[in-house]
Amino acid sequence: MALSIEDIKKVAHLARIEISDTDVNATLIKLTGILGLIEQMQAVDTTGIVPMSHSQELSQRLRDDVVTKTNQRDEFQKNAPLLGNHSTQQAIADGLYLVPKVIE
Amino acid sequence: MSNSHLTNLSLKQFGDLLQSKKISSVELTQMFLHRIQQYNPSINAYIALDEGKTLAQAKAADARIAAGNAAPLTGIPIAQKDIFCAKGWQTTCGSKMLANFIAPYDAHVITLFDAAGAVNLGKTNMDEFAMGSSNETSYFGGVKNPWSFDRVPGGSSGGSAAAVAARLCAAATGTDTGGSIRQPASLCGFTGLKPTYGVVSRFGMIAFASSLDQAGPMAKSAEDCALMMNVMAGFDERDSTSLNREKEDYSSALHQPLRGLRIGLPKEFFAEGLDADVGKVIENAIAEYKKLGAEIIEISLPNTGLSIPVYYVLAPAEASSNLSRYDGVRYGHRAAEYTDLMDMYCKSRAEGFGAEVKRRILIGTYVLSAGYYDAYYLKAQQIRRLIAQDFVEAFKQCDVIMGPAAPSTAFKAGEKVDDPVAMYLQDIYTISTNLAGLPGMSVPAGFSQSVDGKTLPVGLQIIGNYFDEARMLNVAHQYQQVTDWHTQAPNLNMPEGIT
Repeated sequence: MALSIEDIKKVAHLARIEISDTDVNATLIKLTGILGLIEQMQAVDTTGIVPMSHSQELSQRLRDDVVTKTNQRDEFQKNAPLLGNHSTQQAIADGLYLVPKVIE
Repeated sequence: MSNSHLTNLSLKQFGDLLQSKKISSVELTQMFLHRIQQYNPSINAYIALDEGKTLAQAKAADARIAAGNAAPLTGIPIAQKDIFCAKGWQTTCGSKMLANFIAPYDAHVITLFDAAGAVNLGKTNMDEFAMGSSNETSYFGGVKNPWSFDRVPGGSSGGSAAAVAARLCAAATGTDTGGSIRQPASLCGFTGLKPTYGVVSRFGMIAFASSLDQAGPMAKSAEDCALMMNVMAGFDERDSTSLNREKEDYSSALHQPLRGLRIGLPKEFFAEGLDADVGKVIENAIAEYKKLGAEIIEISLPNTGLSIPVYYVLAPAEASSNLSRYDGVRYGHRAAEYTDLMDMYCKSRAEGFGAEVKRRILIGTYVLSAGYYDAYYLKAQQIRRLIAQDFVEAFKQCDVIMGPAAPSTAFKAGEKVDDPVAMYLQDIYTISTNLAGLPGMSVPAGFSQSVDGKTLPVGLQIIGNYFDEARMLNVAHQYQQVTDWHTQAPNLNMPEGIT
């Protein structure tokens, strides 16, 4: 099935990646090539084959429900990005992360 | 002892020199740091160096040796792929997204090397988020193949590969999701091992495709890889797919004779697409194994051709999910200008990721999107089982499988960068083992002359059954006792004008 410009724009939106109109065409060509490669799968009859998600058929290991981690907020917040819009301030305040207002 | 001789020593020999106090770890580390200063500006194997941290570890190693409780790798300088978080080190995964990221904790692999007293020489260059087969997708620029500076080192562990080949470290770590240890090992002429999935912890190793990612050693010889595995392998409860197995000594089987070894040669690995000269080198290697008493059996892995389509559904699908964490909120790149939250996400990701990473996120998002899941993702997981089943059948007839690790020798920089599908075909012989979760190695097996007169290394791939790493290392080690391909190093004194 052929990809369209609209498909690329929709998928880019789902992936939260801005894509310019000039890049859409080039992306369409490259992704069409990759999907062409992937299409080879459709010739295989896979009726009744159990999907394989992991090479060692293990069940998920669970840990005891006890606190194992210490609070390292200050350490982690050292990596916080700059606020953006030409601010030289880190996007943190009072131990929280700052993002644009989402609720009026 | 001259420095050029010193750099060619094995890990065992480095350990003996250190423990008999003929050389200190600080001296050995400074020798490597000096070589890095000399050659890294042209090769670009390392993207983060921190002499202060590195020499502090070397001093601590010397103290440990003096106290008489050294482990085999104590004091030996090791290069770490920049996919491993190392506390206080810049850890970028080759991406602009993480260009300013200082890891606040250690990956399990780093913890293990630290505990062994090894010295972290620096962080090595790689394809962005390990997505690539030439190291050309790195935000920090490509890496030169030390055998021919106009060629790529392979990828994604291209920096570690060039560092091992150019003797800019004693050994290095890599990771392999579709061939990222074995293909560069083949293109740069050294020994690399991707262990069975689940043997080495993924904790603190930046995720690409979690059901396939596996770390392993990149070193001169099988003997060196065994010593590295003795440090790297082991259960870690912080990785939910880490396998709880007893500690193994990967050096224990090295000296076993190979008489009676059954080697399977999959006919699909010698079909169309394999460079004829590479094929000849592999045939010669097989002939050497016959002399060692091995029996050759023709086998078939009929679904080999499907491994690339399956991989390019599963790996991008997992990547699109793993890389959704990079949103510009808590760490990583945030766009300089944006209007609202959605705009901030979209611009931060558009600016922070390179073209190949974006392509794979888009493919992954597409195959997982409503209406396509069964046709792509589920179908790929079903064929993944067929591919794994091929190996189960094959290992009923043979002990190890051999073939080429890559279809060609190192190709020229820029040659495949605009054609993703051609680039993906580089991993035709390596991807199926990742899908099956099996261990695979690449071992130097000779050289091939390119049309433009370059002498380029060729790697022999050895694929083993689950948990057969010690046997594979034995198979590689015995070959390395009767051949000297693994001891050959590139001449770095390049003529004027080539940088």
